[in-house]
Amino acid sequence: MTLLITVFAAIASTVVWYVCPKRSEMRLGTLVLMFWGASLMWLVDAVFEYAELGAEYFSPAPADMLNDAFLGLCAAALGLVIWLGILLFKDPKGVIKNTLSARKK
Amino acid sequence: MACFLIPAAEAVVTTIATKALSSHEKKAENAEKTVGEAPAKMSFSAKLKWLDGMLWGGSALLAFEHIWHGEIIPVFPFLTNAADPASAAEMLREMGTAGVGMAALVTAVWGVMVGISRVIEKRSEKTEADVK
Repeated sequence: MTLLITVFAAIASTVVWYVCPKRSEMRLGTLVLMFWGASLMWLVDAVFEYAELGAEYFSPAPADMLNDAFLGLCAAALGLVIWLGILLFKDPKGVIKNTLSARKK
Repeated sequence: MACFLIPAAEAVVTTIATKALSSHEKKAENAEKTVGEAPAKMSFSAKLKWLDGMLWGGSALLAFEHIWHGEIIPVFPFLTNAADPASAAEMLREMGTAGVGMAALVTAVWGVMVGISRVIEKRSEKTEADVK
């Protein structure tokens, strides 16, 4: 479930990156790369787990599935928070800079 | 267990390489600008940043997963499996298999991305040449 949720997050962010004309300004590439990187890493994890468990891998216990889904959603949220942090730190539109300079005045 | 440490270690190396390459390319670009022509193609350091992004981003989210499962702790030795030799051996085995596999797959996918971008660049160069 974690892998599945991250893959969906990666696909959704890639679509947004493709259609958004301000992709560079909004640093959408960072978000896309982060989700795809995590998806690929969890894919390797899944392959190793499948090699160990066999077909059992595809029939997890409901409690495990729920925990994995919750983890996947939290990981996606963390990815978005990291992206937001980078965006605000880089401040491409100078919003934070302007706000701070306005406060000083 | 600690498989994300291998892609994270690769990320450190590629980030240093990206910084070094970027400054080298900027110097070369400035030299070229004096001659008159600006580079039309995307620089290799910009493409290397894709790999940095995937490795750092993936490692960060995987580290979060390890915190979730209680495999990373805020006190020494930071990894619960590093506490006793038997678990440490298992952890190192996982780093050598899954960790190396993760780093290799991400690098391979980046290689494919670079290959595809080169094809697209060549195609657009050809189209521009045909138009001229």
